[in-house]
Amino acid sequence: MTGGVIQSIDYAAVAAPLVLVLVAGLVLLLDAFLPARPGGARALGLVTLGGLAAALAVVAVQAASGETRRTFCVPASLAGESAAASCSFVADRFTLVVAAIVLAAGLVVVLLSMTEIAGTGPGEGGRIPAGEWYFLLLATLAGAVLLPASRDLLMLVVSLELVSLPVFALTALRRHDGRASEAALKLFLVSVVSTAITLFGVSLLYGVTGSVHLDRIDAALRTTGDTVGGTVGGTAGDMAQVTAVATVLVVAGFAFKIAAVPFHFWAADVYHGAPIPVAALLSVVSKASGFAGLILLLTSALPERAALWAPGVAVVAALTMTAGNVLAMRQRAAVRLLAWSSVAQSGYILAPLAAYAAGPRVAVGASIAYLVFYAAMNLIAFAVVMLVSQREGGDLEAYRGLASRSPAAGLSLAFALVCLAGLPPGLAGLFAKIVVFRAVVDGGLGWLAVVMAANTVAGLYYYIAWTARLFAPPAAGESRTVPARAAAGAAVAVTVAVTVVFSVAPQVVLSMTG
Amino acid sequence: MSWLPIALVAVPLLGALIAPAARDRAVTWGIAISAVVLALAVTLAAVFDHARPAAMQLRTDRPWIPGLGLRFHLGVDGVSLPLVVLTALLTFLCFVHLAGHPPAGGRTGALVVTLLVLEVGMIGTFLALDLLLFFVFFEVVLVPMYFVIALWGGAGRRAAALKFILYTLLGSAVLLIGLLVVWTQAGTLDMVALAGRHGSGIARSAQIVAFLAIGLGLAVKTPMWPLHTWLPDAHTEAPTVGSVLLAGVLLKMGSYGFARIAIPVLPEGAAALAPWLGALAVVGIVYGSLACLAQRDLKRMIAYSSVGHMGFVLLGFASLTPVGLNGALFANVAHGLITGLLFFLAGAVKERYGTADMRRLGGGMLRRLPYVASLLTFACVASLGLPGLAGFWGEMLALLGAFRPAAVVSRPLFLVFMAVGGLGTVLTAAYFLRMLSRVTHGRPVETIPPGPPLATAEGVREVLSEAGEGAEPVEPVAAAAAVAALEREPEAVADVGEAGATGAARALGAGAADAVETGQGKRPFRDVTAHELAAWLPLVALIVLFGLWPKALLAVTTPAVQALLGPGVAP
Repeated sequence: MTGGVIQSIDYAAVAAPLVLVLVAGLVLLLDAFLPARPGGARALGLVTLGGLAAALAVVAVQAASGETRRTFCVPASLAGESAAASCSFVADRFTLVVAAIVLAAGLVVVLLSMTEIAGTGPGEGGRIPAGEWYFLLLATLAGAVLLPASRDLLMLVVSLELVSLPVFALTALRRHDGRASEAALKLFLVSVVSTAITLFGVSLLYGVTGSVHLDRIDAALRTTGDTVGGTVGGTAGDMAQVTAVATVLVVAGFAFKIAAVPFHFWAADVYHGAPIPVAALLSVVSKASGFAGLILLLTSALPERAALWAPGVAVVAALTMTAGNVLAMRQRAAVRLLAWSSVAQSGYILAPLAAYAAGPRVAVGASIAYLVFYAAMNLIAFAVVMLVSQREGGDLEAYRGLASRSPAAGLSLAFALVCLAGLPPGLAGLFAKIVVFRAVVDGGLGWLAVVMAANTVAGLYYYIAWTARLFAPPAAGESRTVPARAAAGAAVAVTVAVTVVFSVAPQVVLSMTG
Repeated sequence: MSWLPIALVAVPLLGALIAPAARDRAVTWGIAISAVVLALAVTLAAVFDHARPAAMQLRTDRPWIPGLGLRFHLGVDGVSLPLVVLTALLTFLCFVHLAGHPPAGGRTGALVVTLLVLEVGMIGTFLALDLLLFFVFFEVVLVPMYFVIALWGGAGRRAAALKFILYTLLGSAVLLIGLLVVWTQAGTLDMVALAGRHGSGIARSAQIVAFLAIGLGLAVKTPMWPLHTWLPDAHTEAPTVGSVLLAGVLLKMGSYGFARIAIPVLPEGAAALAPWLGALAVVGIVYGSLACLAQRDLKRMIAYSSVGHMGFVLLGFASLTPVGLNGALFANVAHGLITGLLFFLAGAVKERYGTADMRRLGGGMLRRLPYVASLLTFACVASLGLPGLAGFWGEMLALLGAFRPAAVVSRPLFLVFMAVGGLGTVLTAAYFLRMLSRVTHGRPVETIPPGPPLATAEGVREVLSEAGEGAEPVEPVAAAAAVAALEREPEAVADVGEAGATGAARALGAGAADAVETGQGKRPFRDVTAHELAAWLPLVALIVLFGLWPKALLAVTTPAVQALLGPGVAP
């Protein structure tokens, strides 16, 4: 108990979240001390962009070095057994891929935020305070980068909260907007409940295994699993039941975050009420971190119990995609449609995990690959919606004839929608679907593959209806073009470019995640 | 490594990307690109080693997505060569037709881009030798065809386009599952290797599951009864070029899949499910023919005739014999040529009369439009399978295949199928001849629909609802006028469909009969234009050529078919 308790911190390993946190502090300071000038908000946005780019560069360097960095380790001797040291923070490939998705998506969200904040205009007295906005955004992203690196339950929960808490504030930051406040409250309540549920599950897991580190939980469950095999009933059997309950509770907590059925109902209202950049953040960053946490828990702590949770995941995945698609069909507002569509897409991301037992690497790889493709395609849609909705409101009818009024925006959105539907020329979406289908068929889950096939068709129904609107002749007297906004326009260009690259060379993603 | 198959896919793709730059000269650009593709396809046929059509030739095989095991693997053999040439030809003819007859919906440039993308998907499907690459190309055609129907189609275009894309996507999603089952079982996506194994390495149960999934997916596209319901709407509402490509090529992608993937890769699955395939095929033949007898719209009738003809193709496949497969492939190409021509002609009729309703067309087309009517007669006679024209051989060989099916299936059952299929040929002749007697023959004066049926309330409502359908953009006044005019002069109703308010106004005036007379006199009925002749005559020539000299096609397909079925099957 002497030298072992003093942890040495590998700052290179935690560099990415560290950069984000430092830039967040810097943004607050700049906001407080810089004189209020018209271009101030823009400067803060650029600083935020710079911080994200720096963090992304750190992630890229770490990925290029190829080694797995660990820090915050508890030495083996304290665990009372001859196991290797357990670390709370691990920057392996999984971590870096998720961090890269989150940071890249963060860049797009910042670009959209610059348009959003500029859009409120100086005349309205800066209804959105730029400094707070970017600070909160950076805090969320720091949490989202921290989360995939977490390898113990406490850090998982803490970083999940770090992702969630600033989002409530971001949602409500557009003051005097009743819908935004309602959305924030709804999100807050849902999130608090889900956190409580998660914590309960976490405490049970800790109680059963006596450890918070994921690898030690796994080891402990393996040994009790062995004893259960030997002795029928008794405490070991009870413990197995407690573990089952804990698993269900923890998974339910994460299911709230990724808006999986039956915890999906909040999605549309919150997406619709929140400013569009926040909706994009929720649908990509928040969702990616939710999935990262879920995957870590299921595959690092509970792989031994795959027989227990895999069927449940399969059912939830099937229900989620079905509910999302069915609800999306009847939407009239663009953001609500995207909200339900992103619920449906969550189902596709979950589906491969149900085939975990058949091929752990393939299953996780397929989920993450779909997440990457999804992030790119979905962000195009949000970026174009941001451009259009600023002027014309969020109704789908506002998109009639967009392709002839503003060809660039119209074609980008059309591309995003066919990608999300999974049809050529949106090859990125097609390959994403093939990856998921392959994992599911490989795992022998024929029924889930059939449900997915039916859902692909259901999804196409509303995506193609929206796409057809883009190419329909504009309504009489409608000749408005989409306002030219540098930042959001750049966001569209970047996301389209990335998606095109993913379409032509999906191997980029597959070799990253495989 | 050969550049020809790559160029066949790359040229239309590049053409589509550059087409927006051509602006006003988009159609010329489309003709130029599709002419290059046609030239490439002809070169392909010339370079093709006709001494060994069973072998896969001019192959290109490069890794594309190692993570999925997807390779950019193209090649051509006796099965795919005719279809590649057919596709290039029909696309080129569509562009030629387009030059003289710009689409009703305007935006010609966009249509050119869409058709070129369509060509990429169609040719790619026939060239692909990798299961997933086949699937990718198979999917490429969906979105362009959706837009061809939805933007340039008729009155009910939106619903028809949606039905088309939802149905076919459901088919392709199921197809994907089937292909992935094959992939997980066999461990490779290489169609050549898979076909060479003749099913060894895939368990019988897995073969049945995979054949069921792949077969269902392909059957939606082919289409097989009862999965055909998207087809009549899509064909009827699509513009002429859309109908031609839909019937001429897109349906062939489904039947080609049977010959290329389902039957050679999964022989045991095919043997188990062939009776079902054959049964549904003959039901399709009879159902299609009976449905044709009940149609009043010319395009819709031709669409249903496709269901019947593709039934013969499926029956040929179901027999699992070289003769049957040969017949199916021959019928495939013949149907592409004949139905392509039929839809061109139906489009021409619709363009001139403003309607394709056979009752409103009346008779006497041979006198009014001698060339169009003669060609229509020729195409119909070819389609009903007159010996000496291309339509005959495919159906005869398919029936012959059913007469002596493979040993693995029950012969009495297939004899029944053959008998029912034979009945189908009679019905086919019946509806085509009935159509010809109504439309091309008779005297032009008889164009006025007979009075008695309209005397009943049912008839009045029927005609009214159709008048409303045909003249959708017209104000309610016109419809009301039509009601008023109905009792006096039923011809006016046809005019409402055609000219809307003008026709109604004309009918409202006194002396309706005179007005109709002058109206008909003024109607600018042009017989065939140069563009139409240029688009149609190659098809006519090929129909006669393959009718008189079927060996031209069979020599290419026969060895390939025997290779597909494997050594166990007697020729």
